[in-house]
Amino acid sequence: MTESLGTASEMREALASGRTSSVELVEGSLERAQASASNAFVGLRAEAARAEAAGADARRANGDVRSALDGIPVALKDNIAVAGEPCGCASRILEGYASPYDSTAAARLRAAGAIVVGRTNMDEFAMGSSTENSAAGPARNPWDPERAPGGSSGGSAASVAAGIVPVAFGSDTGGSIRQPASLCGVTGVKPTYGRVSRYGLVAFASSLDQIGPFARTSADAAAALEVIAGHDPRDSTSLPDPVPPYADALDGDASGLVIGLPREYFVEEGVDPEVLACVREAVTELEKAGASTREISLPHTAHAIATYYLVANAEASSNLSRFDGVRFGLRADGRGLSELYRKTRSEGFGPEVKRRILLGTYVLSAGYYDAYYRKAQQVRTLIRRDFEQAFAQCDLIATPTAPEAAFRIGERSDDPLRMYLSDVYTVSASLAGICGLSTPCGLPGGLPVGLQLLAPALGEPVLFRAADAYERRTDWHARRPGEGS
Amino acid sequence: MAELARLSLGDAEIEGLTSDLDTILDYVEALRGVDTTDVEPTAHALPLATPFRDDVAEAGLDPESALRNAPAASGDTFVVPKVIEGGEA
Repeated sequence: MTESLGTASEMREALASGRTSSVELVEGSLERAQASASNAFVGLRAEAARAEAAGADARRANGDVRSALDGIPVALKDNIAVAGEPCGCASRILEGYASPYDSTAAARLRAAGAIVVGRTNMDEFAMGSSTENSAAGPARNPWDPERAPGGSSGGSAASVAAGIVPVAFGSDTGGSIRQPASLCGVTGVKPTYGRVSRYGLVAFASSLDQIGPFARTSADAAAALEVIAGHDPRDSTSLPDPVPPYADALDGDASGLVIGLPREYFVEEGVDPEVLACVREAVTELEKAGASTREISLPHTAHAIATYYLVANAEASSNLSRFDGVRFGLRADGRGLSELYRKTRSEGFGPEVKRRILLGTYVLSAGYYDAYYRKAQQVRTLIRRDFEQAFAQCDLIATPTAPEAAFRIGERSDDPLRMYLSDVYTVSASLAGICGLSTPCGLPGGLPVGLQLLAPALGEPVLFRAADAYERRTDWHARRPGEGS
Repeated sequence: MAELARLSLGDAEIEGLTSDLDTILDYVEALRGVDTTDVEPTAHALPLATPFRDDVAEAGLDPESALRNAPAASGDTFVVPKVIEGGEA
């Protein structure tokens, strides 16, 4: 089997010096994907990837290198459209569907020369925190196959943690990139809302969804985000601001940065004390790198999960009405059109998706709209204001990413509310539209734990700078499953 | 509610979902205690004006690509069962 080269930066150097080829790198990824027990992939595009890799090698031989990801194997979550490929959202209802067009993210990766080797496993329609709600079966955490990789982008996180690809992309609606990054011991970034085009990302909750990268280092994540970020006329919520060269922000220290520590996130309740200890130690390390800290308050934190589940599921119930068996995907026979709708949706959607559609339909229905949906939108405003006030006093905020390390597969499946609480530290930033990153900060009991850093809208450079400074002083991000802790 | 969401649910499914939804609705009930007097609701996190583009025609998806995923199609159209139920001869 081809030896894993590790990070995208290492691969880039090996390609530049002629020590390896894109064909070799892609072959290695395909071999490792097939040999892996992680169930991280729902489909590989072996032939297309090999041909694209040969094309990348030929271009490079002519001196045409298009980006930091040129010739490098990457993976995309099964809800990001690639022309001619299935895009199934790990759902029965999209069985047999092949996307007629590229998402903007896929088109930009293609133009940059990155090679998409496959589609990664996920919770159906990105609804979940464990990648157990998948028509393709649960994905497994490379650190312990009995445990979940987190979710909903668990396949993307696992594909990077298992060393199959150096970079993968997922989507984050309430923590679906950051939480699995934490549980799999990799770096994951949720960009500012609007920073990456949502065109061709299957919609879950349109006011929250963002595509973002997973990688082994913040430097790789920065390079990957730079490729897919930027204004897109096909997404009316896309931000017009130019994308700065993120690599320029990585100066190796954190001097002058003020890190806010929200007192509501450092209470001992509902969190593994070992997680808090790792995060506190990480903050101390950032202080050694030149940052200072101050306590701040985000007073509406306790209401974030309730607000998130009302807003996200209201939007989901509306977005998922398009899956009706008429234009694409599964169709169940019905005597009339309405029976066709009902039977198709009942056979095609899994239990968690039905639960959320019902909740969303309920909170949007006449008589309950003001009490639930409008109320949640108002509390969302208060949560946004909390962050505005906090960022008047600090440059970024440090918290745990998830309240605990990876849990066992099956352990949470019967308790939806408990599963929702996995996202307690991540949903607020999604509601506020700001950016966030998770980077590995410890291995208590041999399982990875993440440090979450949050910055204001378009504050990605400060996130990358701080995370990179931390990674240069620690080696948690370099630890791999199976090496012992 | 299932009818409104166009879902048919079995009895066992209804029982499980009802109890899950009760638990979740109890949990979100806590929001009622938050004072939101004069607070504007947020529909989108970032204030963005509706962007306009030049009114130039661009090629869209051609009918063949648009219909390729259809469970049933005929010519340039999607095929569905009769929409008007009952009454027909």
